[in-house]
Amino acid sequence: MSATPPVAGRRWRRPPLFIQSRLWRWVIYSGVLVYLVLAVGSLEVDWQRVYAGLERAQRFIGGFLVPDFVTRSDQIWRGMVESLTMTVCATVVGIAISVPIGIGAARNIAPWPVRVVCRAIIAVSRAFQEIVIAILFVAMFGFGPFAGFVTLSFTTIGFLSKLLADDIEEIDESQAEATRATGAGWWQIVNYGVQPQVMPRLIGLSLYRLDINFRESAVIGIVGAGGIGATLNTAMERYDYDTAGAILLLIILLVMAAEYGSSHIRKWIQ
Amino acid sequence: MPVTQTPSGPVWTRRTTTEQWASWAGWLAVAVLFVISWQVMNTNTIWSFVDDAPRQAGDLLSRSWPPRWSYVGNLWLPLWDTLNMATLGTLIGTILAVPTAFFAARNTTPSVAILRPVALFVIVASRSINSLIWALLLVAILGPGILAGIIAIALRSIGFIGKLLYEAIEEIDESQVEAIRATGAGGWQVLDYGIVPQVLPAFAGITVFRWDINIRESTILGLVGAGGIGLQLQSSLNVLAWSQVTVIFALILVTVIVSEWVSGKVRTAII
Amino acid sequence: MLRIDALDKRYKTGDHALKGVSFTVERGQVVGLIGPSGAGKSTLIRCINRLVESSRGKVLLNDVEITGMSGSGLRRMRRRIGMIFQEYALVERLTVMENVLSGRLGYVPFWRSFLRRYPQADVDKAFALLDRVGLTDHVDKRADALSGGQRQRVGIARALEQDPELLLVDEPTASLDPKTSRQIMRLICEVCRERQLPAIINIHDVSLAQMFVDRIIGLRAGEVVFDGPPDGLDHAALTEIYGEEDWNQMRAEKEEDARDEEDAAAFEATRRERMEGIA
Repeated sequence: MSATPPVAGRRWRRPPLFIQSRLWRWVIYSGVLVYLVLAVGSLEVDWQRVYAGLERAQRFIGGFLVPDFVTRSDQIWRGMVESLTMTVCATVVGIAISVPIGIGAARNIAPWPVRVVCRAIIAVSRAFQEIVIAILFVAMFGFGPFAGFVTLSFTTIGFLSKLLADDIEEIDESQAEATRATGAGWWQIVNYGVQPQVMPRLIGLSLYRLDINFRESAVIGIVGAGGIGATLNTAMERYDYDTAGAILLLIILLVMAAEYGSSHIRKWIQ
Repeated sequence: MPVTQTPSGPVWTRRTTTEQWASWAGWLAVAVLFVISWQVMNTNTIWSFVDDAPRQAGDLLSRSWPPRWSYVGNLWLPLWDTLNMATLGTLIGTILAVPTAFFAARNTTPSVAILRPVALFVIVASRSINSLIWALLLVAILGPGILAGIIAIALRSIGFIGKLLYEAIEEIDESQVEAIRATGAGGWQVLDYGIVPQVLPAFAGITVFRWDINIRESTILGLVGAGGIGLQLQSSLNVLAWSQVTVIFALILVTVIVSEWVSGKVRTAII
Repeated sequence: MLRIDALDKRYKTGDHALKGVSFTVERGQVVGLIGPSGAGKSTLIRCINRLVESSRGKVLLNDVEITGMSGSGLRRMRRRIGMIFQEYALVERLTVMENVLSGRLGYVPFWRSFLRRYPQADVDKAFALLDRVGLTDHVDKRADALSGGQRQRVGIARALEQDPELLLVDEPTASLDPKTSRQIMRLICEVCRERQLPAIINIHDVSLAQMFVDRIIGLRAGEVVFDGPPDGLDHAALTEIYGEEDWNQMRAEKEEDARDEEDAAAFEATRRERMEGIA
């Protein structure tokens, strides 16, 4: 473009946003289109069943708008207590296990054999859905909240250890360096050079996890791991939509409250 | 003050006495809460079952191994359904989440008094309820099948994408928006030139991330009848065919790893 | 010609940013607006194109009153006033050309701007302007790939693409090194003279202002305390405008910027955690 361009008549088109090569753009866009057509085509919808279900939808929305907290209040209460206690226990135990694993998985402070083991534990814990793990633990520990507690503790490890390890790897190395330069041992380095930097984040993550564990506790009951999910499942099986609506509203309210509370605690800590 | 004067000279402590007490009280409260929760949670726990768990685990393992690999032939069609559920669900969820996010963001909402609280409630409600619960409801309403699964995934995705997107919108650089407004641009033009380019990378990253999560979630929606590979899981569990369950878990694992890899690639390509 | 008449601005927070400011700017005249931070310089130029609403007083551009317009009238008015910003305020993720063409947003209908199908005349003008500011080779680069000086040139081209009748310039050199600052100031003053454009330039750097502008207005606590030619700005006038301690205040601002950058890294980590956290 060293030659002076003609002043008038030069065309301009916006360069493509994502894929620069014209050929690949066509290939990928048409591939996406073909996939969508196939995917939508393979949908089998029984419209009569859907139509018949509209009446139920109406009843369900009715149940949501006029929830019934009273009729099965003892079951709702028991489910809620199970869920909440499960959440608390699983979060506390989960954190207690996650912290050493998280430290062990951080590249900058753990020797490699420890790191491999810790990363492997994290990978296993992250690979499967809570539900899948709950199925296994229910088979092992029997029905009830204990299986749920074990499930949530186990999945907490995958979440917390990984993010903690990532945080430790991203700390300001010069601070750990300075601690090391004073002749500090490994524990002292962790205590003085690392802990102050990651502590606020660890607390924040723990509060997040408390949130998540409560939400998950509402689900794993569906496969028999106790909690409000079991109550909800029973209500749905009985077509008792008024109670189901009440339970859903309670879950939403509690999640909102937990989120609001934990964001306040986070602000207060940092 | 952490330094106190005593007859034998100044003494340094890390915290003041009050802070120290508050910190201890905090820990004590957590410990008490934990102990009480533990007691309440385990009122109905049958400990002999728990003690029996290692033997049960061994039993489970022996029944799951060797996996019945030939079963994998029955899984390709459910796997296809699972992928479709996740992808179409993400697509619909995204389409619904975008306007919700713009209504919810303080700097783009057309009405602070009405639309913003409504949008925020939609987001929180969608996020509080797991896709499995959405599926449970939708299967009751629409009947079993992947349509219920798609809608369940979509409804759950609105909250996730909506929340992260509206936060991204609230964090944009206002000076760029101001500059576009100063050229005399109209409302839609300000949106198109000033806001969208700034949130587009975040938006793409969030969507791909959600798609990845949705693949995981859609593998188990079949447990409540919403189609896909979870349906096979449910029927295998019902007949205690643990050797088939192993195969299904293995396939789920592979799918999840592949989807995570793909989403990671796409995200680095975009940002 | 721009006429400002007893302009007053009081923010909701109670800050009285402008106290009855009046002056006129003739065609082709470049005015440097100086004064300490918080004197109301930014507020003043934003009141002119109504990015900030004034509380009282009038602004007239070529005998048309700007204050009191609304809706499409306001849009048509804004497109006649080009603005150049402190931190460039380019849309970072759009290309140079898109940024320059965004100067036409007040002229074209939404569908054209959305599809990026601008009239050929607009595109020709944009190419010519990019030639003028020396960015012919960067047309399709993204704005965030450019250096500070280049970005500010794009900002200038965007403002001129509007065919403005007035140029408002807000601290054009605040983020540039001394050499680039001079080049940018020279470019702005040159184009103003070429096009007989009146311009108001907010500027911190007094000596730079004296070097290039035709007239200097000193603002202090929302009031005009100096109005005259650049060489009339002697020591007494400077003390009148700045007082003594304001240099420290400017240094504090610089430190704040450095801290912001540190925060950005921490912010990235937090964002990733949030994604996982609400999954």
